[in-house]
Amino acid sequence: MANNVLVVAEQRDGVLKKVAFEMLGLGAELAAALGGNVEAVLLGAGLGDLPDTLAQYGATKVYAADEESLAVYSSEGYANTLAAFIQAADPQPAIVLLGATAMGKDLAPRLAARLGVGLAPDCISMEIEDGRLTAIRPIFAGKALAKVRLKGDPQIATLRPNVLAAPEPDPAATATVEAIAADPGTVRARVVDIVAAGEGEIDVAEADVIVSGGRGVGGPEGFAPIRNLAKTLGAAVGASRAAVDAGWIDHPHQVGQTGKTVTPNLYIACGISGAIQHQAGMKTSKVIVAINKDPEAPIFKIANYGIVGDLFEVVPALDKELQALLAE
Amino acid sequence: MNSIVCLKEVPDTETRIEIRDGQIVEEGIQYVVNPYDEYALEEALKWQEQLGGKVTLLTVGPERARESILKGLAMGADEVYHLSDPAFLDGDAYATAQALATAIQKLGEYDIVFCGKQAVDDDSAAVGIMLAQMLDLPHVSVVTSLEIDAEAKSAKAEREIEGGKEVVELSLPAVITAQKGLNEPRYPSFRGIRQARRKPFNQWTLADVGAEAEQVGAAGARLEVVEVLPPPERSAGQIIEGEPAEAAKELARLLREEAKVI
Repeated sequence: MANNVLVVAEQRDGVLKKVAFEMLGLGAELAAALGGNVEAVLLGAGLGDLPDTLAQYGATKVYAADEESLAVYSSEGYANTLAAFIQAADPQPAIVLLGATAMGKDLAPRLAARLGVGLAPDCISMEIEDGRLTAIRPIFAGKALAKVRLKGDPQIATLRPNVLAAPEPDPAATATVEAIAADPGTVRARVVDIVAAGEGEIDVAEADVIVSGGRGVGGPEGFAPIRNLAKTLGAAVGASRAAVDAGWIDHPHQVGQTGKTVTPNLYIACGISGAIQHQAGMKTSKVIVAINKDPEAPIFKIANYGIVGDLFEVVPALDKELQALLAE
Repeated sequence: MNSIVCLKEVPDTETRIEIRDGQIVEEGIQYVVNPYDEYALEEALKWQEQLGGKVTLLTVGPERARESILKGLAMGADEVYHLSDPAFLDGDAYATAQALATAIQKLGEYDIVFCGKQAVDDDSAAVGIMLAQMLDLPHVSVVTSLEIDAEAKSAKAEREIEGGKEVVELSLPAVITAQKGLNEPRYPSFRGIRQARRKPFNQWTLADVGAEAEQVGAAGARLEVVEVLPPPERSAGQIIEGEPAEAAKELARLLREEAKVI
């Protein structure tokens, strides 16, 4: 009887993604409801003490495929290795969780199709009902939520990062590690280089705080006060579709239905009116601040705090105040 | 170089989504081609201009989808295969990928299958990648740049990851899923629009495709939507009055002391 939850823990360059810890916390709850354990699997080369870190966040056992052929992520190599491991596992995990990250979103569909099962992608909550996984996932970029269930086993789902809290780590825990074989098969699409965006730039999808600019910034140079405030807060710089389509800032910064969906603790919208397709991407932010000249802008209807005013006056003033606060 | 481009008809991103009795209300929805699929099609057309060959559109959807998909022909694609049999409808990503994979095998010779990185209705971002696995092809997803070497039957793609991009080399045939930024989709010309209605628009039934009814559509779906719920409502908060400096100071205080996010 399968009742374990397997967390596919993502690491890049020896650094675990935070969503791995969030999945271990969730996985422990799901496993408890099923009467099983939460375990983790880690792929890469030179994994060092990462298994212990996973144990500290609750993994009762860590399977590690630590081989040079897995040093760089490839969809085919990772999917083949995981599929072979899951198929041979006894018992098979009831649930397999991956993070809805660039890697997880690329890997999970390939793995699911390889195993001949479905996928519940980008879920924001999961629970066990009648012994089966029931998940909630935003659709239409969050304009609606779908409650979903999977047929067939294992049940594979990806968890949106930054939605659930990671558990408190237990520093004394050490992992029971079992080595597993790398089985990449024939890799026909190979990563030959990884290019970082700008130095120190934080991706909106991973940020706890986002400062965003829209049509109101008026041009590429109008992003300067927004970038300054983002720097003060250690925040990512976001943008509305209007600003991206005008060519003022690159698309990776776009938040909304044809950009990224984000859930930061704090979202500061500057000169953004709040079109429905923008709101769809940021409405689940924990705290929203709107700064806009137009008191009728729809963004004020969903903002916790609003200032009606010129962003070129308000944003530098806010930057100064926050610098002073943070220096205290 | 022959390309197959998978298009999906979706509600316009400006559409307000209404939910009644656990389901999306379909009345009043404006349908368009999925925006990411337009990047996929533009890329196929761009390479066709350089390398020749044919661009074939493939879609799964109801009869209604015809109008949206005509735009793809107007942009310059050569013909359409529309899997319009009701048996193909209401599938999940798996069942839809299964239908597309069976149809693509039937269509035969191709070098690249282009898809959008995700459809903006169900946001699964899974069909293109599942399709690649089912066809036993390599794939690169969320692609922002593509170079094709037709002679070597290979390509180099850049794909967006957190804080940067991966550069991927791959052999063809392959599946590419397109991200915004890959190109700037063309508008259909008047001539294109006129010609679109004269281009082959093939409607395929289950039997034409040679698919098994229980593998596709609602019957083949492995992900079941139990119900659709409205998102939690957010209500308007507080407007902070005063001169910019004053208001900014009060906002900073509230963010620290009340919201506790600084």
